[in-house]
Amino acid sequence: MKPLPRSSILSRYRLRPAELLFWVLPILALFLFPKWLALGTLVLVFALFALSLDLLLGFAGIMSLGHAAFFGIGAYTAGILAIGGWNEAISGVLAAALLCGAGAGIIAPFLLRLTGLPLIMVTVGVASILFEVANKATWLTGGDDGLYGIRMRPLFGFFAWSISGETKFLYAFAWLLISFVIIRRMVSSPFGIALQGIRENTARMRLIGNSVIPHLSIAFIASAMFAGIAGAVWAQTGGFVGLGVLSLDTSIDALVMLVLGGLGSLYGALIGAPVYLIFKHFAQQWNPFYWMFLVGTMLVVVVRFTRGGILGVLKATSERVTGHKKS
Amino acid sequence: MTAALEIQGLNKSFGAIQVARDITLSLEEGARRALIGPNGAGKTTFVSLLSGVVRPDSGRVLLFGQDITSDSASVRTKKGLVRTFQVSNLFGKLSVLENVFLAVSERSNASFDLWTGAGKKRELIDKAEHLIEQLRLTDNIHDPVSQIAYGRQRLVEIALALALEPRVLLLDEPAAGIPHSETDVLLEAVYSLPTNIAILMIEHDMQVVRRFASEVTVLVGGAVLMTGTPKDVMVSEQVREVYLGHAGANRFSSETLHA
Repeated sequence: MKPLPRSSILSRYRLRPAELLFWVLPILALFLFPKWLALGTLVLVFALFALSLDLLLGFAGIMSLGHAAFFGIGAYTAGILAIGGWNEAISGVLAAALLCGAGAGIIAPFLLRLTGLPLIMVTVGVASILFEVANKATWLTGGDDGLYGIRMRPLFGFFAWSISGETKFLYAFAWLLISFVIIRRMVSSPFGIALQGIRENTARMRLIGNSVIPHLSIAFIASAMFAGIAGAVWAQTGGFVGLGVLSLDTSIDALVMLVLGGLGSLYGALIGAPVYLIFKHFAQQWNPFYWMFLVGTMLVVVVRFTRGGILGVLKATSERVTGHKKS
Repeated sequence: MTAALEIQGLNKSFGAIQVARDITLSLEEGARRALIGPNGAGKTTFVSLLSGVVRPDSGRVLLFGQDITSDSASVRTKKGLVRTFQVSNLFGKLSVLENVFLAVSERSNASFDLWTGAGKKRELIDKAEHLIEQLRLTDNIHDPVSQIAYGRQRLVEIALALALEPRVLLLDEPAAGIPHSETDVLLEAVYSLPTNIAILMIEHDMQVVRRFASEVTVLVGGAVLMTGTPKDVMVSEQVREVYLGHAGANRFSSETLHA
């Protein structure tokens, strides 16, 4: 039999050399731009958040505008634990992930029966409810003022969270890498292939014996957990949690990063987050009032003139250069 | 002996239109049954009722004696009641291999494996490739299903059904849209199924019916008109009058000459 072609979704598990580049770049950045590590850390955190949304939207086909709910739960969990005296970072992140997973597991059976516009509206609704709950529960969340003064103990009792930010940067990098490896395995497995089948033709999947909701639930729970990890790392490295993490803006930010980078390829999230955040950073410096104008223009241009976002352009270019045509 | 599939008093109405009227029939293990009837007789609705896509208003469906009336479509498939579609209903953007892989993976309960690379599941790939070879689809194995000839898509539909290792197989006009040259490939695949599988095939082509079926059930207006051997059905006055009308009766008599 002919070997599996590289373009087949069945050979997703195979490592491509170009992938390593994505993991070398952040390390290079660490040495080349030591003054920019705070922004770098933010990029890594949002890359993870966008990645979790890619699992949900790009692979399982579940459209959500409320993904910030899990980012927010993760951030508040880590923040509240730290302020309450539990300053060990890694266990804080794991606690956040578990809480997000449990929350997602509870709403999954109700939410995932919906599709299309009703699904989007319910995700917006759930996130809004959570926002107001956090707003009212001042004793827990600090309400409008947020949670200040989150401090973590040195990692493994040794690596202090320095002002210059190497520890934070590498810590965020490690969480991104670990999460990426797990998500990559998930979407390359028979489970991931079944998700693709569900996205393509749900009714037919049922008639080959897949009951659909369990698969979507697992994807939803996993995605929530990774969003929670992103939120927790954000809180621990940023030192502050405010209501903004639960806002619609945060969900939309992740969606914009994903669409810019390219949906359904995992690496799109890793491209979209730096491009969006760095662009936004300089646009804000250019003009603190009208920077959204530039960001909006960029989004229109990328969506209008590319197929598959920036990653799509890169792929098309490399195919043209090497002469390989992937079907 | 328990029947492979037993249908008891199945009724279904869509508003004022009754599409299934007290349908009762049973398939023995190894049955090769054809279901014929004029357009609008409710044949496809009947298959949808059996596969669990449409819920009956009343009546029961038993699979090897087990009541499956309230089971969902996916559970029925898992229990071995498999259907194909009259109009190809596949995963269009995925390749032939990926389509068949989905079914094979579901059948062996591998779709809850979250950790192993799909392409490393050699036994699943081998099984999918074997089915593709059996249906002579090897040339198209890596082509997206939506881009191959319609007749070949019909064969993919059959490959999917076979991948699910059915105990009872419902074929909804499997030969519709397949060029005559490839009908043989299809029928061969159906013949090569284990003899204990019960098959119910909706089919218009009387040549195919005669080659395939040992019994024929005639459905008219959502009700069973008669069941008998292909020959009995073909010579039945009742079938000619009610089902075929004048023009069909002529076509029919030419067929019976060869029966």
